[in-house]
Amino acid sequence: MKTTRLLLGSGLLALCLGASQAQAQTTLRMTWYSDGNEGEVMTDLLRRFEEKNKDIKVVLDQVPFKAINENLPVQLASNQGPDIARVGDLGGIAKYMLDLRPHLQNPAYFEASYGPFLSWMRVPGDTSSIPGYMTQLTVTGPFVNKTLFEQAGIAMPGPKATWEDWAKATKEVAAKVQAPFPIAVDRSGHRFFGIAIGQGAKVLNDKDEPAVIDDGFKRAAQLVYDWHKAGVMSKELWGAVSGTAYRGANDEFKNAQVVMYMSGSWQIGQFDKTIGSAFDWVAVPTPCGPANCSGMPGGAALVGIKTTQHPKEVARVIEYLASEDVAAEFYQRSLFVPGHLGIAKKGLDYKDASPLGKAALKVFSDQVNLLAPAANRLQGYVNNRVIFNATISRLGQAITGESTLDEAYKRIASDVDQQIAERNKK
Amino acid sequence: MPGVEPLPKTTARPSIVAWLGIPFVLAMRIVDYPMRALQRALGEQRMAYVFLLPNLIFFSLFVFAPIVINVIFSVTGGPALFPSERPFVGAGQYAYLFDCGSYLDPSTCREDHFWRGVANTFRFTASQVVAMVLLSLLTAVVLNMKIRGRGFFRAVYFFPVLLSPVVVALIWKWILQRDGLLNAGIIGLGGERILFLVEPGWAMFWAVFVSIWAHMGFYTLILLAGLQAIPSDIYEAAEMDATPRWRVFLRLTLPLLWPNLIVVIVLALIRGVQTFDEVFVLTGGGPGTATLMIVQYIYETAFSNQVQNFGLAAAASVVLGVVLCLLTGLQLALSRRKAA
Repeated sequence: MKTTRLLLGSGLLALCLGASQAQAQTTLRMTWYSDGNEGEVMTDLLRRFEEKNKDIKVVLDQVPFKAINENLPVQLASNQGPDIARVGDLGGIAKYMLDLRPHLQNPAYFEASYGPFLSWMRVPGDTSSIPGYMTQLTVTGPFVNKTLFEQAGIAMPGPKATWEDWAKATKEVAAKVQAPFPIAVDRSGHRFFGIAIGQGAKVLNDKDEPAVIDDGFKRAAQLVYDWHKAGVMSKELWGAVSGTAYRGANDEFKNAQVVMYMSGSWQIGQFDKTIGSAFDWVAVPTPCGPANCSGMPGGAALVGIKTTQHPKEVARVIEYLASEDVAAEFYQRSLFVPGHLGIAKKGLDYKDASPLGKAALKVFSDQVNLLAPAANRLQGYVNNRVIFNATISRLGQAITGESTLDEAYKRIASDVDQQIAERNKK
Repeated sequence: MPGVEPLPKTTARPSIVAWLGIPFVLAMRIVDYPMRALQRALGEQRMAYVFLLPNLIFFSLFVFAPIVINVIFSVTGGPALFPSERPFVGAGQYAYLFDCGSYLDPSTCREDHFWRGVANTFRFTASQVVAMVLLSLLTAVVLNMKIRGRGFFRAVYFFPVLLSPVVVALIWKWILQRDGLLNAGIIGLGGERILFLVEPGWAMFWAVFVSIWAHMGFYTLILLAGLQAIPSDIYEAAEMDATPRWRVFLRLTLPLLWPNLIVVIVLALIRGVQTFDEVFVLTGGGPGTATLMIVQYIYETAFSNQVQNFGLAAAASVVLGVVLCLLTGLQLALSRRKAA
């Protein structure tokens, strides 16, 4: 009887202790999207964080990239957002981001490690807030199916080759090996400007206001337009859907239907995993235009959200994930170009990558140093997605023959003006 | 009572159903007293409103309130979500939508995508309704005949109605894409590959076709019910008079089926104007804007752009709502006229 009472008593005590601990635990919600395996890596890192910090539980809500761009802003505008989110449109949702500085143990570390990219996460006029860190630095650039070139017996253009050189070579290869897509470019404004910056597009004037249509932009638009007419690009990407819809050619590239695929560094993880030894693929430096050989930078950041009820805990999670060792492991396992200056300088050993994947990561990492100032300015511009969306929507119409290029230029300018005016209505 | 035989006494226990009924009866008793009191206070006539109240509350919350909020959004601007934070712009959004050189040429309109959506929706709806009604009628007539496997065919025609529109669109996308089933067949027969979803004419044709394939079963069912409700003695009389079959169809079947046909036409019309999911998944509104429908325009204006233009999207949806109200009114008018 005595033993039974003792057992019951201690059981009750354990239950009470457990309950009080459970009550003390803070649950944070993190909205996350993945291009490759980074969701699995983040889950693993968070599990380790929770083992060390029993008072915090992080629930990872994995959503498609489309939901990050379309649903998250509505959630944030209605004060119903998560505590932490991984976002790509940094300028667009900067106004909802939490300044972590008062809660960070070492804000100087963030400035030193992620400094140049923090300005992408700030609203205009803000020069000091620290909303989060870069989970990934991306650079646009092309992937080439080397095996198709070998089968066709045609030499690949060299490192300083122009877009025109590549268009000629890929068309010849595609004709010889019966590949349907000589060049495929993601239907994305960001990728288009990866070509346009090299052609001399400035996009913004000296006052940091949009001045999208210039000679460089027109050269790039004409190039893409002519490629569609000449069969270098198929209408199945840029011409097949309407408006701002994104369309990629990952599957076509993985199925060896594309000779050259203009996309970006975030594709390396999935290509490395899915293509395997099916064919040799390589990343090549961004082809040059008359102005430079620059692509477009980009990336995703993990940021705290202003409406969180637990800013201190949010800062602890982000500080842990942004620490050099943890961030290095994340970049290394996800096969990402690091968005951390110290790690980028030291270099990363991508142990899990195949030789092809490692070579591709090296090419994209080298491209970071070749980015033109206009590309960095555009990436940091708060309304850059307005420009990207107007561009693909209107160029898409010109490519399908609904309008001329000149009409498209006028529409792009007026769409950008109208949307920025709408945003500024108070 | 004289002449009435008393019921035999039973010793059987009450069934399980009777036991289960007890809580129900008790609950009814509990509700009964306040309801009676309420009826005494309000009178019998007003009691109807008490019974309607729960439904009215739900209707107000989930239908009426969103309509009001939508109208409020349509007269405000800016990117803010809460109406209190949005500046009043009056009819500015409507003026922007209707700012056109010529309504027949979308490229002369300031918001050309809206007018392209209107033109496409009109083309889609007109062709879809005509084809849908004719095919549904033909199918219903055939399925009403005494043919072998009639039950099987009725199920086959109705089956696509049970599928989600997204599933329907994905299935057809796989069939129609570059390396899809249809192209495999065409190439197998020695033909040339056709990019069905890249050529504007083909894309609209397939959008209409897939919509008809997905929904025809429903309309066929309505017409079949109408055909079966026609008394058979009318046909017997016509047969005795040796009336030709085409004449029977035109002079007897069609007039008697007219109420069902009106329902089918108006429902197909309303559904056509509201079309979004199937076409959006199948063609994404492309190529260019060849299959961009008005609902897709509203969705993209509100959610896809970096500056989510809720005001303009709300104004466009008010315009769409007015069109749908007119179509519903047309249905009511036609139904009443026929009934009169």
